[in-house]
Amino acid sequence: MKLVWKLLRQHISLAQFAGFFFANLFGMVIVLLGFQFYHDIIPVFTQGDSFMKNDYLVISKKISTAGTLSGRSNTFTAGEIIKLKDQEFTKKVGKFTSSEYKVHGTMGVNGTEALNTDMFFESVPDGFVDASLKDWTYSEGSHEVPIILPRSYINMYNFGFAQSRSLPKISDGLVGMIDFVIFINGNGHHDELKGKVIGFSNRLNTILVPQSFMDWSNGYYASGEVSDPTRMIVEVKNPADEKIDQYFQKNSYETEDNLDSSKTTWFLRIVVSIVMVIGLVISVLSFYILMLSIYLLVQKNSSKLENLLLIGYSPGKVAMPYQLLTVGLNVIVLIIALIILFFVRCYYMDMIALLFPQMEDGTMMPSFIVGVILFVLVTLMNQLAIRHKVMSIWKRKE
Amino acid sequence: MNKIELHAILPEVFAQRTDIHSDVWQQEVCFERGHLYLVEADSGTGKSSLCSYIIGYRHDYRGTIEFDGKNISELKVKGWVDVRKYSLSHLFQELRLFPELTAYENVEIKNKLTGFKTCEQITAWFEMLGIVDKMNAKVGRMSFGQQQRVAMIRALVQPFDFILADEPISHLDDTNSHIMGEIMMTEAKAQGAGVIVTSIGKHIDLNYEKTYRL
Repeated sequence: MKLVWKLLRQHISLAQFAGFFFANLFGMVIVLLGFQFYHDIIPVFTQGDSFMKNDYLVISKKISTAGTLSGRSNTFTAGEIIKLKDQEFTKKVGKFTSSEYKVHGTMGVNGTEALNTDMFFESVPDGFVDASLKDWTYSEGSHEVPIILPRSYINMYNFGFAQSRSLPKISDGLVGMIDFVIFINGNGHHDELKGKVIGFSNRLNTILVPQSFMDWSNGYYASGEVSDPTRMIVEVKNPADEKIDQYFQKNSYETEDNLDSSKTTWFLRIVVSIVMVIGLVISVLSFYILMLSIYLLVQKNSSKLENLLLIGYSPGKVAMPYQLLTVGLNVIVLIIALIILFFVRCYYMDMIALLFPQMEDGTMMPSFIVGVILFVLVTLMNQLAIRHKVMSIWKRKE
Repeated sequence: MNKIELHAILPEVFAQRTDIHSDVWQQEVCFERGHLYLVEADSGTGKSSLCSYIIGYRHDYRGTIEFDGKNISELKVKGWVDVRKYSLSHLFQELRLFPELTAYENVEIKNKLTGFKTCEQITAWFEMLGIVDKMNAKVGRMSFGQQQRVAMIRALVQPFDFILADEPISHLDDTNSHIMGEIMMTEAKAQGAGVIVTSIGKHIDLNYEKTYRL
């Protein structure tokens, strides 16, 4: 092998291989960086809301001064709901149900009271809440009610309250630390229930309880009559569909922010795709450089290769030095690309962490996998091309 | 491999010619293991082509060549590699040495395939052929006669049933030709192999059992 390599390394052009090396490295880094950046940044937009899918929109009617003065209702009538259901972009529509009784809540952390207020509950049909069924059920008469809180509450607590009282900050994993005591008065009943916070939502600005609890409690503490909903939850096929905007504008409906984030996501996806395609193009070009220089090398050394074949070397053995050379180059490129990616990622993750402190740290696994897949593909094609070239010498096709 | 049979073979380039009077072309020829043959030819009569056909380097001929009754056009890549590695040794007229490697490396690169000979045995041959001082010199800097001797040693460092020596002594003096013939015959006898020597006039002085005129 050593002797064969000594023979076949003749005519290797360092400049060509350096060209391949850097071109491939740039291509690889761009592809991996695009992919990794997308993975790291996307949770900022879609983040945290394990309870609500991206394509859910919460809509309400615009509250205008004139409307308030004239006493016009801002509830959705049954007719409006049916119309909404019939729209092309709609998959599913759900009503928000409000509590019809008085609620008083006390929220504390680690025994220290943090919040003490009159409040309300709302619920949406369970199908719209993406929590596991075990957590999100209420059985009649139970003294524990599952609750989803708006994330802004916890931000308020973490950055305002906990800071000044030196209380522990609460992250998603520590929701169990919240003591939530609920007092309900109505229909002659006075009860104290325990709220079990199962998570926070960025996208629902309400205190959410399971539909089963709402139905039961409205009957138990109130008359059971349910007023028209003021907010609706809609599942749409494509959040970026412009028909949605048009329809909402026509009917003076308002969405709660999340349409923008899904649009941002969509644009981000496009931009990242473009960047990745550019990276891939560079990779493909670098692949051509490598193939060209290998072809040239094989051509220049063709008489040596032929002689080796004639004295009894198999095509596989003759191809091996060049195959190992390309594998080696590709491995080095992959490793360096991953190292560069690691440092670049450290840099931008610091900035992201500064801007979005509650974001969880992802891993480099996705881009690692993409890198390995790219490596395997490129290497495999290299091997086949070299083998093919050597076989053409064997068959004396030159 | 015990037999190499040529059935009415003829180079494609001779196909149009009608004036072929040859002991080989368009004839039935059989080379057997353990025997010594001489193929004599004038230049341009296709002597090296014949060698190329047998070694599987070229296929531009009519007729069939058989190894032990098996048509060689049916041999696959692996089959040919095995033939060249274990059964058929070829001393090329154009030598096909690697000028970038030293004389010893040229032999070793072949010997490594099978590990057939030890370093001592190879060195002994270099000594007998009077080029032991050139063992570590680049082949590219050696004279053609010296290169011929290196090529002969390389042809012997493998197991073989037949050795095909294409003009082995064209650039050697009589003494060296004689030594070379002896080395080749000793090795061939030890392996029980057949020997086919070609020449365009000057040939090693050996007891040829059969001579073909090409």
